[in-house]
Amino acid sequence: MGSNMAENHPVGFQWVMEARLKGATVMHVDPRFTRTSAMANLHVPIRAGSDIAFLGGIVNYILENERWLDEYVKHFTNAPVLIDERFQDTEDLDGFFSGFDPDKRIYDTSTWHYAGMPVQETAGERSKGGTKGEQSGHGAQAGHLAHGEPPEEDETLQHPRCVFQLLKKHYRRYTPEVVSQICGCTKEQFLEVAEALCENSGRERTSAIVYSVGWTQHTVGVQYIRTAAIIQLLLGNIGRPGGGIMALRGHASIQGSTDLATLYNVLPGYLPMPHAEKDTDLAAYLDNHAGTTGWWGHFDAYFISQLKSFWGEHATKENDFCFDYLPKIDGDHSTYQSAMDMIDGKVRGFFLFGENPAVGSANSRLQRFALASLDWLVVRDFVEIESASFWKDAPELETGELKTEEIGTEVFFLPAASHVEKDGAFTNTQRLVQWHFKAVEPEGDCRSDLWFVYHLGRKIREKLAESDNPRDRPILDLTWQYATSGPLEEPSADQVLREINGVGPDGSALGTYADLKPDGSTSSGCWIYCGIYGDEENKAARKHPGQEQSWVAPEWAWSWPLNRRILYNRASADSNGKPWSERKKYVWWDGRKQKWVGEDVPDFQEDKPPTFVPPDDAEAEDAIAGDHPFILQADGRGWIFAAAGLMDGPLPTHYEPHESPFENPLYSQRANPTRQLSPRKENPYNPAASNAYPYVFSTYRLTEHHTAGGMSRTVPYLAELQPEFFCEVSPGLAEERGLEHGGWATIITSRTAIEARVLVTERMKPIVVDGRAIHQVGVPYHWGTRGLTKGDSGNDLFPVALDPNVHIQEVKAASCDIRPGRRPRGKALRELVESYPSTLEASA
Amino acid sequence: MKPGDGVETYGREAQPRVGFFTDTSVCIGCKACEVACKEWNLVPDDGLVWTGNSYDNSGELSANTWRHVAFIEQEAPDPLKRGKHDFRWLMESDVCKHCTHAGCLDVCPTGAIFRTEFGTVVIQDDVCNGCGYCVTACPFGVITKRELGGDGGMHKCTLCYDRLQDGMEPACAKACPTDSIQFGPLDELVERARERCGDLVEAGVSEARLYLADENDGIGGAGAFFLLLDEPEVYGLPPQPIVPTKNLGTIWGAAAVAAGALAAGVAAAFLGSGK
Amino acid sequence: MRPGELIGRWPLLRQVREGDAFGLGRAVQSTRTQELRPRTDAAQHVVQSICPYCAVGCGQLVYVRDGKVDQIEGDPDSPISRGRLCPKGAASKNLVTSPSREYKVKYRPPNGTEWEELELGQAMEMIADRVIETRKATWQKQGDSGAPTERTMGIAMLGGATLDNEENYLIKKLAMGLGVVQVENQARI
Repeated sequence: MGSNMAENHPVGFQWVMEARLKGATVMHVDPRFTRTSAMANLHVPIRAGSDIAFLGGIVNYILENERWLDEYVKHFTNAPVLIDERFQDTEDLDGFFSGFDPDKRIYDTSTWHYAGMPVQETAGERSKGGTKGEQSGHGAQAGHLAHGEPPEEDETLQHPRCVFQLLKKHYRRYTPEVVSQICGCTKEQFLEVAEALCENSGRERTSAIVYSVGWTQHTVGVQYIRTAAIIQLLLGNIGRPGGGIMALRGHASIQGSTDLATLYNVLPGYLPMPHAEKDTDLAAYLDNHAGTTGWWGHFDAYFISQLKSFWGEHATKENDFCFDYLPKIDGDHSTYQSAMDMIDGKVRGFFLFGENPAVGSANSRLQRFALASLDWLVVRDFVEIESASFWKDAPELETGELKTEEIGTEVFFLPAASHVEKDGAFTNTQRLVQWHFKAVEPEGDCRSDLWFVYHLGRKIREKLAESDNPRDRPILDLTWQYATSGPLEEPSADQVLREINGVGPDGSALGTYADLKPDGSTSSGCWIYCGIYGDEENKAARKHPGQEQSWVAPEWAWSWPLNRRILYNRASADSNGKPWSERKKYVWWDGRKQKWVGEDVPDFQEDKPPTFVPPDDAEAEDAIAGDHPFILQADGRGWIFAAAGLMDGPLPTHYEPHESPFENPLYSQRANPTRQLSPRKENPYNPAASNAYPYVFSTYRLTEHHTAGGMSRTVPYLAELQPEFFCEVSPGLAEERGLEHGGWATIITSRTAIEARVLVTERMKPIVVDGRAIHQVGVPYHWGTRGLTKGDSGNDLFPVALDPNVHIQEVKAASCDIRPGRRPRGKALRELVESYPSTLEASA
Repeated sequence: MKPGDGVETYGREAQPRVGFFTDTSVCIGCKACEVACKEWNLVPDDGLVWTGNSYDNSGELSANTWRHVAFIEQEAPDPLKRGKHDFRWLMESDVCKHCTHAGCLDVCPTGAIFRTEFGTVVIQDDVCNGCGYCVTACPFGVITKRELGGDGGMHKCTLCYDRLQDGMEPACAKACPTDSIQFGPLDELVERARERCGDLVEAGVSEARLYLADENDGIGGAGAFFLLLDEPEVYGLPPQPIVPTKNLGTIWGAAAVAAGALAAGVAAAFLGSGK
Repeated sequence: MRPGELIGRWPLLRQVREGDAFGLGRAVQSTRTQELRPRTDAAQHVVQSICPYCAVGCGQLVYVRDGKVDQIEGDPDSPISRGRLCPKGAASKNLVTSPSREYKVKYRPPNGTEWEELELGQAMEMIADRVIETRKATWQKQGDSGAPTERTMGIAMLGGATLDNEENYLIKKLAMGLGVVQVENQARI
């Protein structure tokens, strides 16, 4: 669901096809009929933005029909745990949970906690802070449990305040009829999916759920994935082979860039960035973020080792290991906020590393205004992308809103080296860190980003060397001694990887994060990568042929943590440590050897028996019981109910997209009340349920192109395969609006209007919701003003409306109008757009 | 499958006949075959023309497109799916058929087209003069001339003749993510294809059929055959292709006598031109 | 060429001598055809790599000849991809050798109407100067609440998901040293 795997991950899809040939059932629940739908046993079209209703319906189906895996649910999840008696559900409050502050549009989440717990900040999470989600998503959760077991639970799952009963209550109205009403599929289609999923789960069988940005790019995106997590925990499908929830990520190292944290809210290894108001010194930071129980119990060791990697000998116990050197955050500093701050003159300089926001970000029109407001801009890419050339070819020049001579941005375009021109590793979508070796030297001025960053840092340090301003100490004290080689003075990626891995007191590479210490004697740039350079071997570069290994192929590359291929794999055995079935045997307790053994590296303390009950004073991993596999959680359990960590609710709730043609049939509260809106001149919204914008539209990728097009529109063999920007509409919509197949259409929102060639296809079926046929307009987003094939950018149409947890934009469901013919040119384009309604109100 | 015409010239050096089995029932329409072919064979891009014909912008096989993925959007029940579905999207990667009786090979007047020791049919770029006889002799419309910016010669799939020399699999088959394109000894492929087709028919896909896997058809069977889910015409393939040079053997027989008489004179001319 | 050799190459003679009377097979092979081998045979070295497009992480083999990338195809040893590639992965050589690629630094001065040339070394000096100046001008000791922030809100960075892990780490480390908190990548998008 929310994924078009056959088109966007074709080589990964080989495993789906192979499974299908062996008898697996492949189901595709998605608004569009794609190349994935064509290959599925079942395609269920649902309205864009209605997935939580569909998934919530499955939760309800499992509960109503008693299809959950009882032993798994009771031992491995928090289903038995009692929740604070002050908690109120969306069923009680018509679409709100307890704790909502209507003025700030945020929740005080303290009533969502486990009953009987002191109200505390949860580790790694600012759940009741006044700012929005800036540290959310990662880090330790539910720290400060007195010990690994929650204070109150009911193993019979009957107590009205236990998670299980709250879950039942929350989803009881998500009946097949309601699913059909909201999603626009038939009741029978829904039931077929729900039944197939249940039938294929249990001791003998497992089911996997695959998602991609079709789930994340919503104002309630995190909760989409949470709903899938609930289903998989109920059915016993996590931590087991053939199970899980697979996020199919779209860039070669998008996982690595998240792990190593080119994100404002986290440091490498998902350690939260310190917050100005609360993390006033090292002790406060550790107190706020370290867990008492679970593996986050060693948070101090991970963090202090990281400070040692950054500042080396300068980081001492006396100076809080240079904690004060870290800049602090105090709000949303995500990329959309930065773009708006560029327009407002706050952000003056900008680096782009292989990213093209002038095409690839939501409201790319706003992004271009942002670029045009900068003092200086550095673009590093293979080709001259739109974000480098906007000053001479942005569409806003044609409308007269921008003038080249008036754009003050100084632009440096620096050509980048390609993957074959440098050593380094990508982390793939399964956390597999794979090394690629340099094949040739880069030509001309092309350089790796490693080269650029290292030498830029070196130059800045040289220029500041004489400074006595305290502001410059962090940059001057940074460990920045990297060996270079060759005529280009390329720094060693291998050496950087070794630093990420970390070293012990004797200077040799560490083999496991369990050896990290909070006393400054060890260093590690990213604790979850610790072990990747164990025994002084670059394990990411292991290329032992897959065909010469077990099916798990542990000697091909390395996956974090500690080369575990399936996370939480202790759950592949039952509560007693026995495989759930012979068929699904993976990791199990060997009573004779008194340890966990199996196909994979056990994701559990190797010698902790399944019967282990932690003593009251146990800490960190020692506080986790032998039948609780989720060792990063403070209670070792999979969280059906998210007692902390989320901004918008402990249980996923169906909300309409921000721009939806519908009201919410379940609650008076239409959309996610905590969604993040930024109304401003460059970012107006379509009024809710407006007749002027009667159609739903989505953007997506095509197999033949890549993201914002910089790596495909410029490549002849790819450009020719999809050589023009087009939109996809149903024959019904074509008739309704007079659109001609092969002709042109103009698509309009309150941001702008774009033109595209028209592909009329039966694949775009209108979806009947509440007796009303809703047409959808499909728009691949790869095009821009440059490249071998040019076209308008689909992302120009979207507003910035974000998920409150992760600040990801809603571009999978918005409203639009469409009319035949090409768009107006020049000023007439703005006149057309302004003839449509818009709003700057940020209504709840 | 019978050996291809001409393979007997290799005597004991002849290799087991190899080819492609393209199983369209698992084709995801990704076009990796098109690109992998171009990368390996250095085939130029074929122009930036949007056709509006589903996702097919390559159009047809040509000198600059040796693999072509056809996309067919059909309002028809899909027996591969559970329950009621009234729409299906068929995809098929087309290629030169490397016919047993190959019209192109028969008519090529320059000796540019030849049968390889693997039973495949290849055009030699350095010999072809672009006369175009082969174009009309191909019942599938596979061959065209590389005109603008090209060498003016005729081009088509070589079944990666160069790669075969080292026992490497052709580029398209190697790249194919779902094994829709399978390469191997033809006899093995035919056997595998029959089994797969039988399974599909048994599973209710009554229209599943093998195309060009019959050595008694109008081209003597092909070195590249297909499992289709509908009539060949639906994919733009001729339902009963016949090699236009079917009766050429007898014609050549009559011509042979005359040709022999000419041989001595031509030999003298050839020597003279070599000075 | 000696007459004997030449006559030996006469196709008709070869057709008769090589048992290929109709010129269908062996007899019509040109010298070039006879000597044909996969061009990867001539590669000086072959390097194991990973596809730069999506996050499946397919294995690639990069063949290098005369210091240039001569071919990129799937690595059969990879348990992830088993030697297969999608159209984008298969187009990787087309990507790294694309005519659209830029090999020179380009510079656009403020309010400029054309790109200008700039030496890489000079560009690096100028960028370092810009960072230092902007950082100084926008240094923020305290946030709105008065709490110490010790950072610059005047510089932002975006991108990283197409880069190597090591590059991301170094970007983040440098940003932390410089007090730049607005470090973001495609994962947010």
